[in-house]
Amino acid sequence: MNKLKAENSKRKIKTQSLKFLVLNFGFTLFALRLTLSVVFAQSISSTELINNAKQYDGKVVVYTGEAIGELMARDKFAWLNVNDGKAAIGIWIDKNLAKEITYTGSYKSKGDWVEIVGIFQRACPEHGGDLDIHALGMRKISGGRQDIERLNLSKRNQAIVLLGVLCSIWILTRLKYK
Amino acid sequence: MILRPCLDDFKNIGYYLGKIILGLGLTMLIPVILGLTRGEINPALDFVMGIEITLILGLVLTKLCFTEKDLNWMQGMIVVSLSWLMAMILGAIPLYLSGHWKSYLDACFDAMSGFATTGLTLVQDLDHLSFAHNLWRHLIMFIGGQGIVIVALALFVKGISGAFKMYVGEARDERVLPNVIHTARFIWLVSIVYLILGTAALAVVAMLNGMRPFNAFFHGACVFMAAFDTGGFAPQSQNILYYHSLPFEVVTVIIMVLGAINFKLHYHIWMGNRKEIIKNIETVTFFITIMLTFFITAVGLNQLGTYPKAVMFFRKGFYQLISGHTGTGYMTIYAQQFINEWSHLALVGVIIAMALGGAVCSTTGAIKMLRIGIIFKALKEDLKRIILPERAIVVQKFHHIKEVFVEDKQARAALLITLAYLVLYGIGAIAGMWCGYPFLDSLFESTSAAANVGLSCGITEVNMPAVLKLTYIFQMWAGRLEFMSVFTLIGFFIAAIKGK
Repeated sequence: MNKLKAENSKRKIKTQSLKFLVLNFGFTLFALRLTLSVVFAQSISSTELINNAKQYDGKVVVYTGEAIGELMARDKFAWLNVNDGKAAIGIWIDKNLAKEITYTGSYKSKGDWVEIVGIFQRACPEHGGDLDIHALGMRKISGGRQDIERLNLSKRNQAIVLLGVLCSIWILTRLKYK
Repeated sequence: MILRPCLDDFKNIGYYLGKIILGLGLTMLIPVILGLTRGEINPALDFVMGIEITLILGLVLTKLCFTEKDLNWMQGMIVVSLSWLMAMILGAIPLYLSGHWKSYLDACFDAMSGFATTGLTLVQDLDHLSFAHNLWRHLIMFIGGQGIVIVALALFVKGISGAFKMYVGEARDERVLPNVIHTARFIWLVSIVYLILGTAALAVVAMLNGMRPFNAFFHGACVFMAAFDTGGFAPQSQNILYYHSLPFEVVTVIIMVLGAINFKLHYHIWMGNRKEIIKNIETVTFFITIMLTFFITAVGLNQLGTYPKAVMFFRKGFYQLISGHTGTGYMTIYAQQFINEWSHLALVGVIIAMALGGAVCSTTGAIKMLRIGIIFKALKEDLKRIILPERAIVVQKFHHIKEVFVEDKQARAALLITLAYLVLYGIGAIAGMWCGYPFLDSLFESTSAAANVGLSCGITEVNMPAVLKLTYIFQMWAGRLEFMSVFTLIGFFIAAIKGK
């Protein structure tokens, strides 16, 4: 009887340790997968995404760049175009998430530098096949600013000299005609 | 024996070239005004300097070469070909001064691409370009689409018989109205009316898509100018993809097709002759070639399952195709996607569409529909001659405003120009391969440049070899002017060197 009990408890311990091992292995795998996916999704450039669109299709990616143009609101969402210096990619983002954007890049301003975490789509079925990212989250890395334009003195001087030359030639042509 | 050009030839050419340059200088006032109203001081200064240099050159030429003589055919052709080169060199000044172009050659590339309504671009950091410079990029497309000489004819030239020689030299073989200056003014009237309507339509769509009113109108005007003149520049680096909007894409498709239609057909439609649309050889050929090339492209796209849904198929497959066929070059995909995601067959479909182009006397480039129609009719006539009894009288007609009998002379001219275009496409493709690019990519980009389309598969970028930039500039220039005035200029230089 005791022998049977001892065997049973041994079997239980074996099963438990096996369960533990399986769980441990599963957890390790999950952790590895998580780590891999984070590594996979870290700071992917637009060039990398566009050139390897099939590889990243449907995956969670992290994309960083300058918000450019203007935020185009569409119902509860908005389109935000983000340029990482090589190319711009359209970000489909919740309007509330996009509220953080203060500046978008144009001639007169540097746009906010943002980090987008979202699902990359090679040919988005929701948006007519656009290559885009559906944002899950957004973080402003650095704020943009309004650029104050200063008069380029060298350009101004050259323009004045050229104006002088132009006026002289025009007067000369008038004199000759008269 | 080749005759060396005399002093009078140079004077006549110089005088009319000077007048056209003066006209070009005045058009730069528009971006200056916009720049000043938007508080863009340095961009406005770039244009002021551009105007000054242009006017100085124009005044010097008109003064030194002053003449009251009219142009002959050779002089008219040379004035046209030189005008386009001068427009490129002078139009590039404000672009280069902006600092958004790496070299003056790059600025010249974009200026020629703009004037020739191609749409290939080497601009850097477009998303931070000023309103003034962005307007200029699109305005040169509007000017170039109608024709640089047409601008001068409509505004500055009064009643010279040489006007027709310049008009023909600018690849316009048809007069809408009996008087060439009235024709030029009509072309501008059509363009201005469509500009107002098209800008309003695009602006409304843009506002509904969440853009601010000023930006919506600015983008509307720019996109209209580039779409109607089948150019292909856009105010943002993502081209039409920036807007992420189906209605916006639909409106641009309508504008592109309007731009690809013969101005003579516009005139007849305006006059109430609407049946002409379904009877005209050009519209019929255009419809058939769109269907055929779309079929090829669709089969090609299906091979790889690139766009599995119908809406995707329209917005990506059909859009790039119609953009290529009309010679516009607007894109809703990234250049690299053509190579990475489209099958070879789909690319061949787009290349054929680009090579064919739109109607004659429109703003498109390439071989053009009337020539394709005539060649097809001539082929049909020859086949009938073989099949029918020898005594049968075979005649072939086509409808182009009126019923016209196909003549050998017409067929020969159409075939010669077609051949010249095919050679031009080939030259660019060879140049591309010589620079190390694959065959299909090289052919795609070369056809796009020579047919003044502007779709790119990624070859056109800042770091491409200078020799390829120069090749594409030549292709855009020769393709836009349809060879005759370019050949005349080459002949003129040979005569100046070798003539007696």
